Order: sequence, then C-alpha cells, then structure tokens
Amino acid sequence: MNYDFQFGAVFAAWPLLLEGTWKTIELSVLAMLGGLAVAIVCAWAKTAGPAPLRWLVNAYIELIRNTPFLVQLFFFFFALPAIGLRWSAHTAALTAMIVNLGAYATEIIRAGIEAIPKGQIEAGLALNLKAHQIFRFIVLKPALKAIYPALTSQFILLMLSSSVVSVISADDLTSVASNLQSQTFRSFEIYIVVALIYLALALSFQTVFRLVYRRTFHYPDRR
Amino acid sequence: MRTFGTGDLLFILAAARWTVALSLIAFAGGAIGGLIVALSRTSDIAWLRRASAAFVQLFQGTPLLLQLFLIFFGAPVLGFDINPWIAAGVALVLNSSAFLGQIWRGCIEAIPRGQWEAAEALSLSYRHRMRDVILPQAVRIAIAPTVGYMVQIIKGTSLAAIIGFTEVTRAGQIINNATFQPLLVFSAVAVIYFALCWPLSLLAAAIERRHRRALAR
Repeated sequence: MNYDFQFGAVFAAWPLLLEGTWKTIELSVLAMLGGLAVAIVCAWAKTAGPAPLRWLVNAYIELIRNTPFLVQLFFFFFALPAIGLRWSAHTAALTAMIVNLGAYATEIIRAGIEAIPKGQIEAGLALNLKAHQIFRFIVLKPALKAIYPALTSQFILLMLSSSVVSVISADDLTSVASNLQSQTFRSFEIYIVVALIYLALALSFQTVFRLVYRRTFHYPDRR
Repeated sequence: MRTFGTGDLLFILAAARWTVALSLIAFAGGAIGGLIVALSRTSDIAWLRRASAAFVQLFQGTPLLLQLFLIFFGAPVLGFDINPWIAAGVALVLNSSAFLGQIWRGCIEAIPRGQWEAAEALSLSYRHRMRDVILPQAVRIAIAPTVGYMVQIIKGTSLAAIIGFTEVTRAGQIINNATFQPLLVFSAVAVIYFALCWPLSLLAAAIERRHRRALAR
C-alpha cells in the first residue's frame, strides 16, 4: 500500500464538522421527542383505543417496520410534495425520522405498559394510594424502567440511521462529509474521521443514558 | 417524459431479485461471521473476547451508510479493485456479522450454567461441548430473533442504492427520474419491500409466541 494519507484538509474543516455534528445531534433529539410523543399516543390507542383506531395503529406500525427508512425518506421528500405538500429537505427528514421512530417506540412502550402486573395496581389501591400516586409510582416508573434500555438503544440506532438524510441533501454530519469530499477528494480520510465522530457520539449517548439510568431507576427490583 | 406503466413496474420488480440476492449474500456471510463473533464473545481467551467486542462496538456504533462509504471509497485507496456489488456485499456481511454475533452471543449465554458444568464434568472437549450440548439448545432460542434480523438485512440493502447498486430503491429512483410520478413509484417500491419483509416479521412473531407458550408450560 503506497497511499499517502492526508488528514490536513479534513482537520482544517473542523468548524464545518463540528457544525455537522451539532446538526445530527439536534435532528436526532428533535426526532426522539417527536417520535416519543407519537409513540405514547399510539401506545394508548393500541392498548385502550377503539377497534378501528387499533387497526389503524397496527397498520402504521407494520408498514413502517417492514420498509426501509431510505424509502420512507424518499416518500416524504419526493412523493408528498408531488401531491401539493411543499416542505424543505430538513422538515421532510425530521418528519420521516419522527414517523419512523414513532412506530418502533410504540411497540416498546406498549410492552412496558403490559409488563406491569395487575396485582401491583391492586396492591396500590389496597394501600389507599391516590390514583395519581398509583400512576406515578406503580405504573409509570416501573414501566419506564422496563423499557429504558430498549428505548435508548433505539435512539442510538435512530441517530446512526439519520446519516441517510444526507441523501436528500438535508443538513447533517454525513452531508458535511459529502460536501468536503467533493471539494478535497480526500474521501477515505473524511469518512474515517466522520465514522469516528459517529462512534464517539454513540458512546457518549450510551454513557449519558447509563448515568441517567443509575440516578433515576436505582432501586431494587421485585425478586 | 412518459407515464408510469407496466414496463416501469416490471423494471422495479426485476430489480427486486438483486435486493433478494444481496440479502442472501449478507445473511450467509453474516451467519458465518456472526458465529465466529458469538463464539469469540463467549470464549475463555481474553484477547479474543476483547477483539470481538471491539469489532461489534465498531460496527454497531457507526452508521451502515458510513461503513458502505468507507469500503467503497477506501478499497481503491488500499489497492483493491471494487464495484458497488462487492462494496455492498462486504459492508453488509461485516455489519450483519456484528449484529448476528451479538444476538447469538445472548442466546449462548442464556443456556443455563449447569449445562456447561455438566458438559465439563463429562470431560467433553470445547468442540463437543459446543457442538453437542450448548449450540443445539442455543439455536432453538436464536431462531426467532434471527428471522427478525433478516428483515433488518433486507431493509439495509436499500442503502446500496446510494453507491449506485441497482436494486429496488435505485430502480425506483431511476424510474422516478424518467416519469416524475414519485407517489406511484415509491409506493410500488415500498410495497415490494413490504411483501418481502412482512412474512418474515410474522414468522418471527409466530415462532416467538410458540416459544413463549412452550416456556410457560
């Protein structure tokens, strides 16, 4: 191998890379919040809603989980504007991410709700807890604890798959990499550095999530 | 400009065989790689455990798209001749090796400690312990998540479109550029993926339900 690695051009562009990293974080966090909101509503509809609504939510979940994110992105960016919905690449990307995460998170949250044994709620009633106390201490917290690992790893998957939005020229870390690549032709070096940034992001999120878990859910399990 | 017709639909449908072919390559290669990763992760040899953990972290911690780019743009730099077929195949095999390896590692570790100790007490060699005692039991737990993961592989092949490999998604892009009917085109593309993935999802769910019932008995 006689290739002369030149990282100079990549590191010279650090403000751009930093900006791209920030945009990826922003996009992922916004999509996470939006996706969670969608998922909470859908999880309620799926567990307690009327039959037609349940059927609709099921169709949504199956449709999203059995098609690639890239195709969903193309659908939001190319197909919907063709029928009159005009929006920017950024909005289309964010919407696609919210819709995508919403489907996966619905299933996770539903599993969390169903994981609470009925006997525990009855025990709460027997101890004369108020309804909001039962919800907060007996349903919500254990349910969140049960789904926390699945939900956070889904978030990291979402953050990583957000690199695909660069294809429709939405702003993110990978699109910065693609622009740099076409200016400097140092594609290998750029993608190595950007892949390492993603790895650092994934590891940092993992660490933050673990710390939050330890602070919030540190109490003994029923055993 | 022309309208979206039967010929266009057939073009996209024909491209589906490349999606299927790429998925099969990724699964076959990923199964071999995944077995190696899973056995390394559960090995007694420390450096093997560490190396496989690093491999998994690397491939689970970076986007599949970047892995694809690194191989597609990196291979020529390192002196290899490469085309989108090989780049997509290699990236997907490595990626599924990491994910399948992690899934199967969990299945191997789920086998009760007593089984390992019993095999050791019978002085079975590592090979026989794995082949005759641990793996046959682990395979039963592994089937449902493995079928579920095949759906992820099929969806992952869509990224090969970005480096110019003509599978279903790329075929859709080509037809869309010619007909300018994105709603029809990408609906057709989505339906093809759905037809490939949904049966597998249902199968995975059915196997899991059956397994849970068997455990509850």
